[in-house]
Amino acid sequence: MKTFATLYRRIDAATSTQHKRQALTDYLRVAIGDPEQYASAAWTVYFLAGGKPRQLIPTKLLRQFVLAATELPEWLVDECYHSVGDLAETLALLLPPPTHVEDVPLDVWMNERLLPLRELDEPARLSALRGWVDAMPSGDRLPFFKLVTGELRIGVSKLQMTQAIAEATQLDAKHVAQRMMGYTQANRTPQAQEFVALVAPAEAAEDGRPLRGQPYPFFLAHPLQAPFPAFPELLGPVDDWLVEWKFDGIRAQFIHRAGEWWLWSRGEELVSDSFPELAALVEFLPDDIVLDGELIVVAPRSDARPAVDDLSDLRPFPELQQRLGRKLLTPKILRERPVALIAYDLLEKDGHDLREEPQRDRRVLLEEVVSRAHSSAIQVGADLPLRLSPTLLQPDWDAFARQREEARARGAEGMMLKAMGAPYGVGRQKSGANLWWKWKLDPMSVDAVLIYAARGHGRRSGVYSDYTFAVWSGPPEQTDRTLLPFAKAYSGLSDEEMRKVDATIRRTTIENFGPVRSVRPTMVFELGFEGIGSSSRHKSGIAVRFPRMLRWRQDKPVEDADTIEALRMLLPGGGA
Amino acid sequence: MTKDLIVPAAEGLCCPPGNFYIDPWRPVALAVITHAHSDHTRWGSRAYLCHEDCAPILRKRLGDVRIETLRYGESREIGKVRLSLNPAGHVLGSAQVRIEHRGEVWVASGDYKLEADGVSAPFEPVRCDAFITESTFGLPIYRWRPQAEVMGDINAWWAENARAGRASVMQAYGLGKAQRLLRHLDPNIGPIVCHGAIEPLNQIHRDLGVALPPTLNVTALDKAGLARCFALAPHSAIESPWIRRFGVHSDAFASGWMQLRGNRRRLGVDQGFALSDHADWPGLLQAIAATGAERIFVTHGSDDALSRYLREKGYDARPMATEYGDEEGEAEPAGEVDTGGA
Repeated sequence: MKTFATLYRRIDAATSTQHKRQALTDYLRVAIGDPEQYASAAWTVYFLAGGKPRQLIPTKLLRQFVLAATELPEWLVDECYHSVGDLAETLALLLPPPTHVEDVPLDVWMNERLLPLRELDEPARLSALRGWVDAMPSGDRLPFFKLVTGELRIGVSKLQMTQAIAEATQLDAKHVAQRMMGYTQANRTPQAQEFVALVAPAEAAEDGRPLRGQPYPFFLAHPLQAPFPAFPELLGPVDDWLVEWKFDGIRAQFIHRAGEWWLWSRGEELVSDSFPELAALVEFLPDDIVLDGELIVVAPRSDARPAVDDLSDLRPFPELQQRLGRKLLTPKILRERPVALIAYDLLEKDGHDLREEPQRDRRVLLEEVVSRAHSSAIQVGADLPLRLSPTLLQPDWDAFARQREEARARGAEGMMLKAMGAPYGVGRQKSGANLWWKWKLDPMSVDAVLIYAARGHGRRSGVYSDYTFAVWSGPPEQTDRTLLPFAKAYSGLSDEEMRKVDATIRRTTIENFGPVRSVRPTMVFELGFEGIGSSSRHKSGIAVRFPRMLRWRQDKPVEDADTIEALRMLLPGGGA
Repeated sequence: MTKDLIVPAAEGLCCPPGNFYIDPWRPVALAVITHAHSDHTRWGSRAYLCHEDCAPILRKRLGDVRIETLRYGESREIGKVRLSLNPAGHVLGSAQVRIEHRGEVWVASGDYKLEADGVSAPFEPVRCDAFITESTFGLPIYRWRPQAEVMGDINAWWAENARAGRASVMQAYGLGKAQRLLRHLDPNIGPIVCHGAIEPLNQIHRDLGVALPPTLNVTALDKAGLARCFALAPHSAIESPWIRRFGVHSDAFASGWMQLRGNRRRLGVDQGFALSDHADWPGLLQAIAATGAERIFVTHGSDDALSRYLREKGYDARPMATEYGDEEGEAEPAGEVDTGGA
């Protein structure tokens, strides 16, 4: 733990990405040269690249533990937590100093202590934890509890980890990216030999190809932020581009190899179990094939079978959310919220890696594969949850700009532009002509009133930075109208604005509920969001996607904020 | 029961039978000053009374005002009460105000810390019936490491920077923290630079017999000297042309608030050292217990939390509203105006 804690502190203290990267590379070089560290290095890479084992110790148990160890009243521990804004740090600060000190390597911590802890009953867990923490140097506690609470938040991305490994090993970053695929899945217990495999010298035969159920690194798109008139100059003629709708679902890779299938989300989680209906694809798709596409909820099946590129039945993202994170998929939810994969790229066919082929050629092969699967399904009367993302054709960029305005009505968030001649890249490539562009619609927006505020975490701990927004239940002439909360947002303000909002919140507080304050409605914000759907979970009956503050409307009195009707108008089919 | 000897009033903490105020935030006839941080030392009163070591600092702050002084333990009759000043260990010349009236004793702590800092006279508990305590760091997350350890870390940080050939720029409050740091820096590591806003306060300390290492003006050093120096500056100097003389440097901040990672991150300095001139949680509890007082009034900081905790422990404790803690000394960093009530 000491080695991990030292690395954690070094990364945490770093004030630039370069220093962070240096800390990682230094650590890796030492670890690679010391076989005794392989097992703990396997875990270190896992955690720093974003891996999270399913909750190691329930928060409830950690609270019991800290209450027992400090003999402080519960309300005071809560008060401390609200002041610190981070459970792991609160624990590290509150617990009494160690009685003696022992250093246990990270892999032993994980494999022999923390993971088996789940099998024990509560008193046994508490006493084990007590014994361990008593023997832990004070400086190791923060990283330790960060691991235990699953909130490392240290600002290292998987990409940075990949680059650090490439730098420490002198390997091609693309190969490392391929080796890293799936490494950070939940519930894995990375082993010493996996670390060895990550950093091993490249073999002559290695061409960055995945094995069995392993996916390819996703090629990620950049937002197209140039003003529209610059498009012809920036992008050239429309004929050089494959233009498609940008769907608001989950990016996923469908893998069919040796008779088995796997579905990976963009977060590199294996999600096959959450979408069992995709098993039907195996029957109609050829073997040794990999599709890239978007998972999306479609309208429940009627008698009519949608055509292969029909998009009229796509449902908004909140309905897809109802499929995620469920332990149990009931027949009801499978019936009411069926998904389909909208395929837009073909990465492998007959076991051949197609990623270096130009987009144009991959597209032709994709159309062939998907259409053939579709017709065979129709022949036997089967319902295939697979669609083809249609290509959009227009004579010029002006016409595309006009067509883009229809995106929302079609359940899309804008358009995707992909260079016809480009290979399928790795990750979010920094520059070059072969990028994928996402050309999104401007967000939907309403003017909403801030009614609750909570203190933030991390860099914003102690500052009221997380807000709940409401709209009016009726028009101004309705005297008994109330404010209906519908969204939470915490991004979009400058530090300076946030300080002012923070001060106003403290001045206008009505009541404290633990970390949350209700405030007198005085502040109006233009709130932007990417999608909107009905929701029975929210009092307003509405859920929005990616809400954030676009502007603080200091010019606008709260009476002039928008009404729930304005939000309803934005719902699909709401008349907007 | 007799009437309270100290009551909160619009002007500040008032002692009615003595007809004076302690650290008033509005002008009054007689202001008794616990220490010279600006949130405790407002301009405009007709006369001031403070510890003799506090007077030169007060005079520097307020100019030519009428100041009377007392030594620690020396007492004086004011109105119907007997008043004395006792060491608070916060900064040089800081005092707890002891007030006695018809056999009842009240003590107002001002700001205080328990650990001897080598600059100010160490805190001495004073037995009393009622104790008015500060609570700047009145939560159990605040437990200071011994000064020797923190100063060891600071010297190690300086030495490491000096080896790497970059200056170490430390932001610190000009009165108290700056001199405490100077007192314990290791001058063998390199030259020490002090910003012009701090140097006059150093001189007052030296004149009063506090041994501080030599300090230089930034212009006195050549490039090689700057690359090894330790520089002390107030926060306001950090974005001034002064800082540019150091070129590539490492920066740090020494304050009790640096105990929390969020504050360190928000400040954006390379290092945050948790070094405070206020009592930590165990220190507050220890000080309160040592007074033997049954009635406790808790001012600026975590007044709600600390008084609730004390009530649960059997004290007659309650918050007392003041206007301290929002300017100098150790006001919380930007974004945090109060610590929030329970």
